[in-house]
Amino acid sequence: MNSLRSWLARRLLLGLAQTVAVVLLVFALTEALPGDAAVALAGDDPDPRRIEQIRAAMDLDRPALERLADWTGGLLHGDFGTSLASGRPVADYLSAGFGPTLLLAALTVALLVPISVGLGVLAARREGGALDRLISSVTLGVYAVPEFAFGVLLVTVFALRLDWLPPTAVGYGTDLLAHPAVLVLPVLVLLSRPVCSISRLVRAGMIDALAAPYAAQARRYGVSGARVCYAHALPNAVAPAAQQLARTVDWLLCGVIVVEALFIIPGLGTVLIDAVAARDVPVVQGLAVIFGLLAVVLNLAADLVAHRFAPRTGVAA
Amino acid sequence: MTASAHPDRAFPALRRRGFLAAGAAAGLGTLALTGCGGGTEDAGAAGGDGKPRRGGRLRAAFAGGGAAETLDPHLSNLFADAARAKALYDKLADCGADMSAKPRLAASWEPGPRLDRWKITLREATFHDGKPVTAEDVLYSYRRIADPRKTYRAKASLEPIDLRASRALDARTVEFRLKRPTAEFPNVLAAFGAYVIPRDTERFDRPVGSGPFRFVSFAPGRSCTVRRYDDYWDGAPYLDELRFVIANEESARINALLGGQIEYAHELNPATARAHENRGQIAIVRLRNSAMQAFAMKTDRAPFDDPRVRQAFFLIADRQELVDGALSGAGEIGNDLFGKGYQYYAADLPQRAQDLDRARHLLKQAGAEDLRVTLDTSEVAAGFTEAAGIFRDQAAKAGVTVKVRSGSKDTYWSDVLNSGTLCCYRSGAMPIESHISQRLLTDSSTNATHWRHRDFDAQYQQAQSTKDPRARAGVYERMQRRLHAEGGFLVWGFADWIVGTAKKVAGVRSGAPANTLDWARFDKVWLR
Repeated sequence: MNSLRSWLARRLLLGLAQTVAVVLLVFALTEALPGDAAVALAGDDPDPRRIEQIRAAMDLDRPALERLADWTGGLLHGDFGTSLASGRPVADYLSAGFGPTLLLAALTVALLVPISVGLGVLAARREGGALDRLISSVTLGVYAVPEFAFGVLLVTVFALRLDWLPPTAVGYGTDLLAHPAVLVLPVLVLLSRPVCSISRLVRAGMIDALAAPYAAQARRYGVSGARVCYAHALPNAVAPAAQQLARTVDWLLCGVIVVEALFIIPGLGTVLIDAVAARDVPVVQGLAVIFGLLAVVLNLAADLVAHRFAPRTGVAA
Repeated sequence: MTASAHPDRAFPALRRRGFLAAGAAAGLGTLALTGCGGGTEDAGAAGGDGKPRRGGRLRAAFAGGGAAETLDPHLSNLFADAARAKALYDKLADCGADMSAKPRLAASWEPGPRLDRWKITLREATFHDGKPVTAEDVLYSYRRIADPRKTYRAKASLEPIDLRASRALDARTVEFRLKRPTAEFPNVLAAFGAYVIPRDTERFDRPVGSGPFRFVSFAPGRSCTVRRYDDYWDGAPYLDELRFVIANEESARINALLGGQIEYAHELNPATARAHENRGQIAIVRLRNSAMQAFAMKTDRAPFDDPRVRQAFFLIADRQELVDGALSGAGEIGNDLFGKGYQYYAADLPQRAQDLDRARHLLKQAGAEDLRVTLDTSEVAAGFTEAAGIFRDQAAKAGVTVKVRSGSKDTYWSDVLNSGTLCCYRSGAMPIESHISQRLLTDSSTNATHWRHRDFDAQYQQAQSTKDPRARAGVYERMQRRLHAEGGFLVWGFADWIVGTAKKVAGVRSGAPANTLDWARFDKVWLR
């Protein structure tokens, strides 16, 4: 137990360091992008005098390190700073976009686990059979389709042709839960690729586990096939899938950017795209902190899950 | 899908009309109401619209600026900003279909004998809180825009006005004193972002304007709802309610329109328009002559400091191929001049066509055989990268090697202003005079071709000091003749601006380029 606690502490510290590194990297990269917020704001009217004035008004004429130090100082007090483009607090941007994105992500993960594990187990139990081949080829096929194309396809078929579902979430505001029909297509698009990758991992893990000596031993003791499968093999098969699930979350972010644009959902992905286009560094940094922390926490949770299901693989990290 | 002749036929009439209106302004002293009705009756609505009907809600989708959006009309920058500002506020004047200024809040304008004093008489209009629009409101608004500590976009346009010396003669008369004679002063009143706000307004969380719609709600980057203002001076709008929604992806806008979630989708791709035109589901409205498409040559550096090289490049371009390829045919060809169909456009100059032999000959004369140039482009505007690729192939036929370099779209305009030698260029609609003053004078703020000639500057000043509109048109023609012969803009086309509407929407004007009075104007639109 003690070793678990020190492992946890080490992981938390490491996670914190990773988040700091992410923030510094994002700041450096955004600084390295050609042009700054003043140039982006000036757009197709690049009057140099005007750009210079905008730059001064935004305090962009101060050295980068000074701005970073200011921003970090504020962050330690829970202050994310203010947007360059609008002068409004970055925290407002984040809280406004958080709801829709969290809803999408939570729904996706909540459906992802049962669907992908179910499909994986099903395929593994019928290894080599028609069902296995069907599941394997469909998951491989869908996995190969980019989210954007898949989304356009779904909208065309289910919203425009069949008229079953609304094509976009435009006009519903942030209260998407009140209009569940709006969420069906976006969640389907988000699920498409992770379901494929995780179900294939579960399938592979299950096949390995079912062929392992301990499963054969259990069977020899007269333990029922279902029990071997769900109580002995599945936990071992789920461990790698759980870690993949955590990794899926940062990937979910990319998916969210595409899905939010395609379905007009005003979430964090949209905030991120707008902020990068406007070179709105404080907003980009705020998002980097949120995403960094999220990734660290989720990876930690995944390691804990793996540790719980398959202790022998865990603590090495 | 070549451009049909209809808008062309419509334009000469309009041009003449604008011309006469300007003549009345300078010659007789007042413009009064002549031009005012012009925008509403002659521009031609899409389809047979029948009798206007009152009521209903229209939802219009635009690309937006995210959570940084504001309703401060002086900060307008994007099309979405301009459309919202137009619903809530008024300018003193706005651009008609031929880019000549049409009076809006100004009922009339009257220049002094030397064209450096202009008396503006305001219409009897009220703000949404019931207070009248006064000369003091106008002066407050213009002084706010011109504030030296701020960076409002219209500041450069208002530069000719000496706002300290300008004053209110009475509640509804403003006298503008100018720093120099400005015959085209009404263009200043129509400048992008020069909206009139009530005196002492500093906050815009509940904006009060004099426009056709009253503010209801606003969520930056998402939506803005406005309702009919019954006391609007130009007649109350037909719609009860108007809702602007933000959808940055074109595919999302067209899907929402097809799915019945919105009734108006701004800015569609030519390919989308072609796919849905005449299919009966939605109506496609093409706003002709909305965006000049060009290659800008830096005239102050090699190889383009030699006019023969510029002329050779003019002759290399196969304009129809560029329009068909880069604009998917949604546009018409250009003649190396800005403002086709606009007031003062030199329409009589012969249309230039591809002539590779002469181009090669000119290059040889200039000692520029085996010429290599880099063409800057970017994803910043539709068709840019395609145009660059097509032109590269056309140039190869004349023995010129063009290397296409693609840059960041967020900073493109600033990047190409002073660096490089050749770049893709685009411009929205504006009066030809504004194009010249912003881009072609020695001290112009965005002179992308580095066209700096004292005699050309002098011609511009001459035009601005010429009271007789016919004589002024003559000066503009001489200037355009020179630009056509040896300017830095290879203007190969003019793109349509494409809007999609639901079938039940009526009264959407098609005759006016983007950014003019009738573009994104919802007070004359109704639902069948």
